[in-house]
Amino acid sequence: MPPIISVQNLGKKYILSHQSKERYTALRDVMVNGAKRFSHKLRHPFAIPENDPTHEEFWALKDISFDIQQGDRVGIIGRNGAGKSTLLKILSRITDPTVGQIKIRGRVASLLEVGTGFHPELTGRENIYLNGAILGMGKAEIKKKFDEIVAFAEVEKFLDTPVKRYSSGMYVRLAFAVAAHLEPETLIVDEVLAVGDAQFQKKCLGKMEEVGKQGRTVLFVSHNMAMISNLCQKGIVLEAGQLTFQGQISEAVLKYYKGGEKNDRANRTFESKTAVLLGAELLGVGNSLDVTIHDELVIRMKYKIKRQVEGKCVPNFHFSSSDGGRIFVSNAERVIAMPPGEYFADCTIPGNLLNEGAYFVGLALTTYSEAGSFEVEFFDQNAMTFNVIDPMDERSNRYGYAGPVPGVIRPKLTWKIHEDIK
Amino acid sequence: MTHQHTLIIEAGRTERHYWRDLWRYRELFFFLAWRDLLVRYKQTVIGVAWALLRPFLTMLVLTLVFSKFAKLPSEGVPYPILVFAALLPWQFFSNAFTEAGNSLISNANMISKVYFPRLVIPASAVIVSFVDFLISGIILIGLMLWYGFMPGWRLLTLPLFIFVAFAAAMGAGLWIAALNVKYRDFRYIIPFVVQFGLYVSPVGFSSTIVPEHWRVLYSLNPMVGVIDGFRWAILGGDTQLYWPGFLLSLGLVSLLFITSIFYFRKTERGFADLI
Repeated sequence: MPPIISVQNLGKKYILSHQSKERYTALRDVMVNGAKRFSHKLRHPFAIPENDPTHEEFWALKDISFDIQQGDRVGIIGRNGAGKSTLLKILSRITDPTVGQIKIRGRVASLLEVGTGFHPELTGRENIYLNGAILGMGKAEIKKKFDEIVAFAEVEKFLDTPVKRYSSGMYVRLAFAVAAHLEPETLIVDEVLAVGDAQFQKKCLGKMEEVGKQGRTVLFVSHNMAMISNLCQKGIVLEAGQLTFQGQISEAVLKYYKGGEKNDRANRTFESKTAVLLGAELLGVGNSLDVTIHDELVIRMKYKIKRQVEGKCVPNFHFSSSDGGRIFVSNAERVIAMPPGEYFADCTIPGNLLNEGAYFVGLALTTYSEAGSFEVEFFDQNAMTFNVIDPMDERSNRYGYAGPVPGVIRPKLTWKIHEDIK
Repeated sequence: MTHQHTLIIEAGRTERHYWRDLWRYRELFFFLAWRDLLVRYKQTVIGVAWALLRPFLTMLVLTLVFSKFAKLPSEGVPYPILVFAALLPWQFFSNAFTEAGNSLISNANMISKVYFPRLVIPASAVIVSFVDFLISGIILIGLMLWYGFMPGWRLLTLPLFIFVAFAAAMGAGLWIAALNVKYRDFRYIIPFVVQFGLYVSPVGFSSTIVPEHWRVLYSLNPMVGVIDGFRWAILGGDTQLYWPGFLLSLGLVSLLFITSIFYFRKTERGFADLI
């Protein structure tokens, strides 16, 4: 089966204009500049055209190549300005690439904004038809799905009210509902779910997952890593217009955090008058940063105590999930006052504790004085990452189920099943 | 998913399926026109009557100025009918030109967020003006009844001239719409052209008052041919069509229309980046 989307050497160049403050060109400037250039040419007919200092080339995307298979749910992640939206715009044919080629099989619908083309003066009913047509649905198709859309948006009572009188929540619900009922082979969604309340977001995610399960392809951009790792199986990481990673979503999320860290931490040392962080490593993890859910994992921190201190220097590790939420903090046990020197602190995370997914470890050292006060010597927030994977063997107690298991932790507990003998 | 076609996106590739896409989006075309019509008279007291009132008042003023004050000849028909036969195509042209010219800018949001053949937007703006044109046609019928004026067989040729008016409005509208995306200067040119055009086109007077040796030059204004055609078809009787002028106008309209499509298609792909 050939890929449903195939992108080769895609690039998009913009010309940045430094001089003009206006967002648009004025005819006057074009004429004046044209005349200037012409007179310059007359006077210096053989001069090599010089580079215009007011214009600079900017490649929003460069050398992007990837394939997407039918039915994949792909998350596109990257920092602001990495080129995510440009990529989506090119894929949805809103703008042209400068170089490269894209092949797409089947119908594509893109949702780069909720409620594009909604008119405030029109009623909910009228806007459903209008928005549907803008997104490429035929009148018959909209009619067929009309009741479903209305039910999904929960706006039955306000169908004949102009949408300008809607609450913003109702507005977003209606707009998403129309888009969610498109039936394209490929659905492209930009960060549109950031709006709306949590309950509705959940409903939208459910709808999108359902779309993926029907064998349709979903491309999804969001800054919410939890949402992305929930919804997508695959990930693409963009950094400054270049594709830096393509693969499983959990690895992509790790890569995203790692990539961002590199920039801020290059010149940073974690040091105080008392102590300095020398390094850290994960024991029992391959290069891929993967650890099997059943296996234990050792996090080793190397640090140096530089001077004699009153009190105890206690290493402590902070664990966060891929969406940035703190899961737990662990303090070292039985720490005694230690003389200056270099030390290792090893912390073992047992198998069958954390659920599948990407995790971050923050490394810290805190000095607790006898008097009860404390001081943080250093704290490297996202020092390390690792990825817990499930080999899906009989130890996982999945009984054939292959989908995601909810929750941050997945401990093995003691169960006992016995017959009720009356 | 039986007959999947493969879409290829490439730099500088002119869309092979453009006209097929345009056909596929024909419903959007009507929905946009329908939206503009619905929205136009919301929260107004007299609603759609505005579409009648505006041309009617314009006709009154033009008749008063050119017939009563300037005492211009009327070609043997009631002066209000003479004026209105010209006002119909002129207002259609000027409305369509204005609406189409500004249509891309006012739908900028849609252009930067959704794909569809961009031609849909100015074309639906022209359609909206055409509906207004049909509504104000009622006034013409009213005037004919009032004056007991009976049009002849030539009225049957009117659709032909309507088509020419359409091409003129569309051609000028597409040019301005595409240019407006890049050079906002054209925003200011539109009202100027419309205001100016009312006086240089034979709306308030018959083009027969233009001296014979100037008429070919005068016909360089494409609306002269359109308006003369309308008068010829509606007024009947002694009205004569000045053929050299009419053919010149017709040629210019065709040129305008064809070049506008080419220019629009050429610049269209960059709209989302510029707007």
